[in-house]
Amino acid sequence: MGQDDVTGIISRGEELAYDLKIEQVMTREVKVVAPTTPIMRMLELFQEEHIRGVPVVSQNQLEGVITLENLLQSWRRGTHDSDIVADCMDQKMVTVNTFDPIIEALKVLTQTKSDQLTVIDKNGQLAGIITKGDVTRGLLSALQRDRHSEEVKRYRASYLFEDISSDRTSLILRYHIKARDFTKGGSASSSIKRALLQLGAPPQIARRCGIAIYEAEINLIIHTTNGGEIRVEIEPHQIVMETSDKGPGIENIELVMQPGYSTATDEIRALGFGAGMGLKNIQRCVDEMQLESIPDQGTKLVMKPKAGSKEWAFIREPTPNQGTKLVMKINLQPEDTFSKEIVTT
Amino acid sequence: MLIRDVLTLTQAQIFSPDSKSSLVEAVFDIDVQIGLSADLMSDVLLAESNRGLLVTGLINPQIIRTAEMSDIVAILLVRGKKPLTETCKLAQETGIPILGTKMSMFEACGRLHVAGLVSSFRQNS
Repeated sequence: MGQDDVTGIISRGEELAYDLKIEQVMTREVKVVAPTTPIMRMLELFQEEHIRGVPVVSQNQLEGVITLENLLQSWRRGTHDSDIVADCMDQKMVTVNTFDPIIEALKVLTQTKSDQLTVIDKNGQLAGIITKGDVTRGLLSALQRDRHSEEVKRYRASYLFEDISSDRTSLILRYHIKARDFTKGGSASSSIKRALLQLGAPPQIARRCGIAIYEAEINLIIHTTNGGEIRVEIEPHQIVMETSDKGPGIENIELVMQPGYSTATDEIRALGFGAGMGLKNIQRCVDEMQLESIPDQGTKLVMKPKAGSKEWAFIREPTPNQGTKLVMKINLQPEDTFSKEIVTT
Repeated sequence: MLIRDVLTLTQAQIFSPDSKSSLVEAVFDIDVQIGLSADLMSDVLLAESNRGLLVTGLINPQIIRTAEMSDIVAILLVRGKKPLTETCKLAQETGIPILGTKMSMFEACGRLHVAGLVSSFRQNS
């Protein structure tokens, strides 16, 4: 892949440079001078205000702009005490419009190597000035607003369970996972983890749930014939994550639980998966795991992550690992079921 | 260890965010607390990885997903590998920076470790 492909991707900052309008970031209260202002007064003004240029306005009409550069040129030519702004100002000034995106201002600032640009409104009247500093401040505060709205979303979501009254409230997230779709692989898990964080889950719980469901999602992508479903049910006191598919099913469940055992192809291994650690990893992240499979019919994996008890699970710190309960149900025939419990620490 | 140190120690470049983006500055100051190196994503998922730097030879989008799931804050590709376009896209979306060095995984990890970046894999886990 060429470097161009990478640089073609637009970051949030750049996106904002297209979204934000100049009028949203420009400086509105601008010092202006009359064309009749003496040159000598200009130098004082620049020093007092720490600025390098001001628009020149006469009877509410924008006449031009005078910058430090203009003053220097004027001195080089030999200034007279009687000189006024009109004698050395730039009449051909570079302007941008209030309704232009700030990327336009950035382009013009760079092209003209100017410190500031004059902003005019749609009637050609002076509306303000814009500097690189204005652009940076505008972008930063927009990024902060983004972040703030994210926090507000999280705040609202975390009160979901408290606000809704019922005998038993639960939130169910469902995702359909396509077989062999490695590019999108993990996007469901990513959404689930984000949802848990928005609902106020401690980062450690969200991480464990994320890892468990991600391994399970990858299994659906690698091993199933036609993909499968993810279903996550979130309740105030517990989370239940399930994956189910319609085949091909697992021949020997005890064998797939062994670390290192894998039926994955080399192609899948080249992607960094299929090392035979997935189920082991899931087991490490959850309190309880149930794996049921019928060859040619399908597999169902239920995962109950570590969570607090009576209070809202998410606001509690995770309890120390008490040992994982693993329930394996091996269904050779649909009616011929035996299950086995293994407790590991 | 700051990403700025990782870049110096491994003579690395930044693939994502875009070098022209204003976000590049922020990447330098990201603090990584532990290092993980693996080409098997399950090995990464198994490790203690919070605020970690993942050193890997894999370039597919799953490295970003894995990082996202395990709270890894930056990825360093070794042996001069470049990330796939989809990988960069996902990196931009999730805000996880991707760096790249021409060094081997062994050398990159060795330099980072000597400079004080500790390993995430616990013995006997």
